Order: sequence, then C-alpha cells, then structure tokens
Amino acid sequence: MKSKQNLLENVVHSIFLLLGLVTVGCVLLITVYLVVSGIPAIREIGLVDFLFGDTWASTAAEPKYGILPFILTSVYGTAGAIALGVPIGFLTAVYLAKMAPQSLKEIMGQAVSMLAGIPSVVYGLVGMMVLVPGIRKLFHVPDGASLLAAIVVLAVMILPSIIKMSVTALEAVPKEYEDASLALGATPEETWFRVSVPAAKSGIAAAVVLGVGRAIGEAMAVMMVAGNAANMPSLFQSVRFLTTAVASEMSYSSGLQRQALFSIALVLFLFIMLINAALNFFLKGEKRS
Amino acid sequence: MKQRKLSNSRRRFLWTVRGGMYFATALTGLLTLFLVAYVLIQGIPNLSWEFVSTKPSYLSGNIGILPDILNTVYIVIITLLIVIPLGVGAAVYLTEYATNKRLVSVIEYAAEALSGIPSIIYGLVGMLMFSNTIGTSLMAGGLTLVIMNLPTILRNTQESLKTVPQSYREGAFGLGAGKWRVVRTVVLPGCIDGVITGCILSVGRILGESAALLFTAGFAHALNGFVKGLGSAGATLTVALYVYAKEQGEFGVAFGIAAILLVLAFGINLAASAVTKYYQRKNAV
Repeated sequence: MKSKQNLLENVVHSIFLLLGLVTVGCVLLITVYLVVSGIPAIREIGLVDFLFGDTWASTAAEPKYGILPFILTSVYGTAGAIALGVPIGFLTAVYLAKMAPQSLKEIMGQAVSMLAGIPSVVYGLVGMMVLVPGIRKLFHVPDGASLLAAIVVLAVMILPSIIKMSVTALEAVPKEYEDASLALGATPEETWFRVSVPAAKSGIAAAVVLGVGRAIGEAMAVMMVAGNAANMPSLFQSVRFLTTAVASEMSYSSGLQRQALFSIALVLFLFIMLINAALNFFLKGEKRS
Repeated sequence: MKQRKLSNSRRRFLWTVRGGMYFATALTGLLTLFLVAYVLIQGIPNLSWEFVSTKPSYLSGNIGILPDILNTVYIVIITLLIVIPLGVGAAVYLTEYATNKRLVSVIEYAAEALSGIPSIIYGLVGMLMFSNTIGTSLMAGGLTLVIMNLPTILRNTQESLKTVPQSYREGAFGLGAGKWRVVRTVVLPGCIDGVITGCILSVGRILGESAALLFTAGFAHALNGFVKGLGSAGATLTVALYVYAKEQGEFGVAFGIAAILLVLAFGINLAASAVTKYYQRKNAV
C-alpha cells in the first residue's frame, strides 16, 4: 500500500517535472534550429561579407548577400520609433499615474488596452491607406512607402507597452517620497518629475527596452508600409528591415538564398537575446529598489 | 491668504511639463479613437451576412470569409487544448514541486526568453520544425502558437497559484493527504482564474498573429471540418487580411476583416478585465 502510494507520487512528480522542462526544451530547440540552419550560409558567404556587405541582390545572376542595409534599417527604424514613441508614452504615463482624474484614467486604460490589442496587420493596413499616401503628398516624394512610414507605425505600436509598464512603475513609488517632496515646498509637477520619475527609473528603462524589443521584432506591419526594397536606410526611401527581409523572400527562396534568410533570422535572434538580457538587468534593478 | 508666487523658471517648468503631459495624453487618446473609428467606418459597410457565411469563389468572383473564420476557431481550439496542460503543469511544478532554486530560475528565464522572441522567428522555426515534417497545415500553425503562448499560460497560472493560501495546503497535508492529492484537490481548483485569464490573453494573441502563421499554416481558403481542417493549410482572419490587402489589393475585404478583428479585440479586452475584477472581488472576500 505504502509503496504503491510512493510510486504514484513519484510518477506524478516526474510528469510535472517533464512539463516544466518543456519550456526550456522549446528555447533550446529554437536556438539549435536557428544556429544549425543559420551557420552554413554565413560560412559560405563569409562573416564579414555577410554582416558588412552593403548590397543584397539574392536573385541576381551573380548573387550578393550583404545584410548591412537590413541591420542599419532595423537599428535606425527602432531608434526613430523610440525617439518618437518614448516621449509621448512617458508623458502620458506620468499624467495617467499621477495627475489624471479616476474616470479619465479608466477610459485611457481601456484605450491603451485597445491599442495593444489591435493586430499588427490592422496597423499595417491603416498605415498603407492613410500614412503612405499622406507622406507622399506632404513631402512630395514619389512613393510614401518609406522608412518614415515604418517609424511612425512602430512608434504607435510600442506606445501601449511603454505606457502600461511606466504607469505600473510610477504607481509603485512609495507615497512617502512624494509627501516629503511636497512638504518641502515643491509643486506637484516638480515632485512627479524630480522625485517619482527618478524613483521609478528602472521600471521606465525596462519599458523602453521592451519597446525596443517590440519594434525590432515587428514584421507584418512594417512589411505593409516600408516598401521592402533592399536600400541603405534613408528617411524617404523604400527600405527593408531584418524581419521583413526574412518574410518577403521566404515563400519563393531556395538553396543558398534560403539559407541566407535563416542567417538573417539568426542575427535578429542575437539582437533580441541582447535586448532580453538588458530587460532582465533593468527589471532586477527595479526589484532591488 | 495671498498665495506666494513661484519664480519664473519654476513656473516655466510647471507649464512645460503640464503642456507636454496634456498634449501626449490627448494624442494617445485621439490616435486610438481615430484608428478605431477609421477601421470601423471603412470596414462595416463591407460586412454582410453573405460576407461571413460563404467561401470565396473564382467563378462568381464572390469573396466570403467563412473558411477564414472557421480556420481561426480551429487553430484557437487546438492551440489551447495543447498549451493549457503544458502551461498549467509547468506552473504547478514551479510552485508546488520544485525544490532546486537553480532549476526554477532556469525555467523562468526560458519562459521570459520565449515571450521576447518575435513572431517572425517563431514562424521560421515552426516552418522548420513542424511544416517540414507534418506539412503546412493548421496543426503546424497551432503547434507553433503553442510554443508562443506557453509563457502566457505559465505566468498567469503561476500568479494565481501564489494566491492559494499556504494554510490550505498545510491543512490538507495535516489530514494525511499525499502530495498529488493536495495538488489535485486544493491547488488546481485554486488556479482556475489564472488559467482563464491566460486563455483569454492567448486567444487575443492568436487572433492577432500573422507572421508566425504565414509560413506554418499557409493561406488557403478551403472550407473544411475540424479534423480535415487541422491537416490542411488554411488562413486565419489575420493572415487573410494580409493576403487580401497586400497581395490582391482587395482593400474593402481587408477593412471588413479588420473591423471584425477590432470588435473581437475589444470583446477580449472587456472579458479579460471583467474576469480579473471578478476574481479580485472573490479573493478579497
């Protein structure tokens, strides 16, 4: 009886252990698949030529596989989205966390959730129909599908994560800090920006890093508004991101071209892992403080 | 009492940040309003009973989205069926069984890494892992989505397991129950709210997903039953939107689907906050 009971407990324990390890297994599998399928093309093309070559001509008679344009586009695009989205998201978060009346706060909370719930293809569709023609008319360029359009779309898409996370961080600031500052004669605004914000800086930094991760990983919305020509990045030109480089040629590629796409995914994956490490660093900082 | 005047520089600071905050919040609000209104205004005129109840036909030039709706339902069902046991099991292991701190942090780190990976990479790996072995199909897409949504279910279940009072477990142990019995009768019933919240969030994510499905589930519009559907390629609503807008230039259809997706997203948000509120109130009592 006793040993039967023990057997059952052990079996159940191992089943749960196995289920727990599935997550780790998935991460390992993804990493292994990406590395194994990404390395051959890099080997054939040469690491330096691949990473720093400035021409991507995968279907030419003499194909060239340089992904510098994609890397730079992804970096510039993300930087642009951050430059545009972070100030707006940050100021909105401070307002919602500290100043807004309760009713407005609830409505805006719903709005931000809505913004987060809109599928990326819908952002892409609206960008395609409104933003792209708008840019063409406003700046008198032949085609509005450009880096600028992608930056604006990405900036809107990262807003909800930045706002939500910053609001959480700001609301966690101990009330005593703010009371002390107010008692010393600071205005509420001075208190929020010079006491609350510095106290919540780890959380806000984590929000920004999360936004970076979102922006660099977004594929479909960008694919619909950026034009997808493999140019070096320039604000009003059609460009291709790391993500869209993978997506746009996947369906018809073969041989070395296909392998090169896997290598691009590997590069993107390494970027994301770096960003994740940074995110963890900031989140730990928040827990400590 | 006369109010003391602030110095000029302090006043300037005050009005700058106040203006900035008002402007930013108004911009965020108006942007959301514009997006929702624009999509609904463009989309709703394209909706009709025929649109949602027929399949596309090249002969008559008719475009209907019934197959896409069904595909979405199928993929949601199959994903949840697989991901719930995996996610809940992992969460139970982490909170109830695990004694090795290092193993716990490895699993938690892995879950975090999974939630940071962009969907296009899931699409690529899903294609290599599943589509190349079992063929481009809803099943392959569903399995890809399982990996994607694992952290969501895991984290939400874990959060709600933490709210099950330790004394319940101790009480059950004190009555002589074995570990498995405690988990089955005390712990698992306590985590239902977390599982439900996780499911709602996952459904939202599956509805919005496109990049991970494009190369794993494909973009066919065939009308199939559940079992046959899982074995064959099919577009979900989001993928269909992309294909209609980008590849076929059918913007009316695309906006119609976008309007449906928007309403669904709104419903999911409402459901998620309603469930959270309900359980908060229940736990508070």
